[in-house]
Amino acid sequence: MKFTKFVIVCLTVLMFAAVSFAGTLEDVKAKGYIQVGVNGSVFGFGKADDKGVWKGLDVDCARALSVAVFGSPDKLKFTPLTAKTRFTALQSGEIDVLFRNCTQTLSRDSALGLDFCVVNYYDGQGFLINKKLGVKSAKELDGATVCVLPGTTTELNVADYFRTNGMKMNPVVIENTAELNKAFFAGRCDCLTSDASQLAGQRAVAPNPADYMILPEIISKEPLAPAVRHGDNKWKDIVNYSVLTLINAEEFGITSKNVDKMLKSTNPKIKRFLGVTKGNGKALGLDEDFAYKIIKMVGNYGEIFERNVGVNTQLGIERGLNALWTDGGLMYSPPFK
Amino acid sequence: MESNLKNENKIIIKPPRSSVGILGWVRENLFSSPFNTVLTLIIATILWFSIIPFLQWAFIDSCWLPDSNCRETNGACWSVISSNYKIILFGFYPQNILWRPITAIILLVSLLIISRNRNYWNKILGYSWIISLVIMGILLKGGIFGLEPVDIEKWGGIILTLLLSVFGLTAAYPLGILLALGRQSKMPVIKTFSVFYIELIRGVPLISLLFMSSVVFPLFLPEGVSINGILRAQVAIIIFTAAYIAEVVRGGLQGMNKGQFEAADSLGLNYSKTMRLIILPQALKIVIPPSVSVLISAFKDTSLVVIIGLYDLLKTTQSTLSEPKWMGFSAEAYIFIAIIYFVCCFFMSNYSRKLEKELDTGL
Repeated sequence: MKFTKFVIVCLTVLMFAAVSFAGTLEDVKAKGYIQVGVNGSVFGFGKADDKGVWKGLDVDCARALSVAVFGSPDKLKFTPLTAKTRFTALQSGEIDVLFRNCTQTLSRDSALGLDFCVVNYYDGQGFLINKKLGVKSAKELDGATVCVLPGTTTELNVADYFRTNGMKMNPVVIENTAELNKAFFAGRCDCLTSDASQLAGQRAVAPNPADYMILPEIISKEPLAPAVRHGDNKWKDIVNYSVLTLINAEEFGITSKNVDKMLKSTNPKIKRFLGVTKGNGKALGLDEDFAYKIIKMVGNYGEIFERNVGVNTQLGIERGLNALWTDGGLMYSPPFK
Repeated sequence: MESNLKNENKIIIKPPRSSVGILGWVRENLFSSPFNTVLTLIIATILWFSIIPFLQWAFIDSCWLPDSNCRETNGACWSVISSNYKIILFGFYPQNILWRPITAIILLVSLLIISRNRNYWNKILGYSWIISLVIMGILLKGGIFGLEPVDIEKWGGIILTLLLSVFGLTAAYPLGILLALGRQSKMPVIKTFSVFYIELIRGVPLISLLFMSSVVFPLFLPEGVSINGILRAQVAIIIFTAAYIAEVVRGGLQGMNKGQFEAADSLGLNYSKTMRLIILPQALKIVIPPSVSVLISAFKDTSLVVIIGLYDLLKTTQSTLSEPKWMGFSAEAYIFIAIIYFVCCFFMSNYSRKLEKELDTGL
């Protein structure tokens, strides 16, 4: 009996501890860094290079957040997370924000207690095949063996796609991207499926890239977005507008190179955006010149895209859906006013 | 005897050439009967067709220098190691101060080598272990004596593997002995607890414990409180290994002759003295081989922390391999870390055999 009482008291204390938890922004400022959950093994999005320096599109977006909060792109600590541990790490408060090429879905957004922020990359799932297979469309893949990573939306999507088209498939599930590629190039499967952002890079490392082709079908929507804990709206706003700053800067044609010149711009929108006219910073609880600093230190969305995954990198990805809305893409920023 | 023979000027006839030396050995062992000859030829052919291409792949066609273009050769691409050895071996440890982990590892290895010889086992060695562990900790962590502080999260590669295994094994062993004694105990609470603990932990795979520690456990902590992921994995490994050690030690305790307990009783020794002076030294000695295999498998099991995103030796290697430049050279990279694991495990089993021989009293 006494023991039961003791347990009840402990649980109550724990619940109060949970309730009295301050906002993430205050926590982050108090400890002096942002703990960021990243992928750790996807080149171009979040991965350390051979010097141990973190690089990638997701990492750069996290750097923008660091600039917004601290005025420096390096106040970050990275926690590499697997597909299975990423959400718990966020729920339990081990990380403050998740930048891990993570697909926004309804169930994750609601039941898992996460809030997804603005999408920083629009992806979709495709197929890579050996040309010898003689297939021109994904619809002809009936009975194919499919190499796929487990535990991701990828595995679900491909099963759904085959089922809706009345086709049979034999999945070959391999835990690790490098091994998956190896198995595919060794002829273990007829086709390999993964996010389109990965396929180009995977094809590039084939022993003979010309033997392989990417099928035209994109079978899923994969909006990749950073995530924060549900219910911390102030922190979510900051993450949102750090990413949107990158997009908005590209819309205005502001880059890390011309941002100093743009400070003298007479355009009232740009003046407000860069903090020459005050207001935006105070509204978010940040410095007035946070947008200027982000662009100066990290660059705009186009610059980040090109240096991490763009056509001149090993991934060689076209802007496509990730172009600005004015160029036929989906990247669109609400006005900064 | 030999000198006698010489004095008597007897002629010593040498055996025929074909039965001594290499030729003799070959005849004796490889071609002694038609069946053996056929076997030898078959095995030699298999070796010829597997070893030669392997040597060709590994040494002749291979590229070794960092940043050379591996895709143009047919051989092994050891450049994946030479270009990335820093991140593979040391993870995210800042690369300008790598001398610190290197010194720490050298210190550890030299202490291990000194401790191999039982003649050096004395108080001084004990103290130097304690002092060295403190020095290693300071070297790795920094923060005092003007050393730049390095977060534990940044310890990776072989540092993390050694940390998890050395601390895991040294903490698990005494805990395992206590559990084994607990299981033999006549006190019902302690006995029940020990049995419950051992059976529960042995009944689940290490992966599930690691998942519990990394996925479930943090949810029970109040928000804002978080315990370092490495520490959580370390505790999971200790808990797991201790249960196995406990069962091994119990085997040793049960293998003891009842007379030993009775002899201790008749000398008027109490429980702790009986155990410490008479039972455990003998029991632990007879379980050296099984406990070393538990330790070896525990050492290799530390690589399972890959699945909870810790950058041990295996994970840093995998991370390197996911770079487009190095994709597809997994064989070379895995051979490299296999060699590291082999050297460590071989050291352990070799040491245990030596210890066994030295402690052998013929009982």
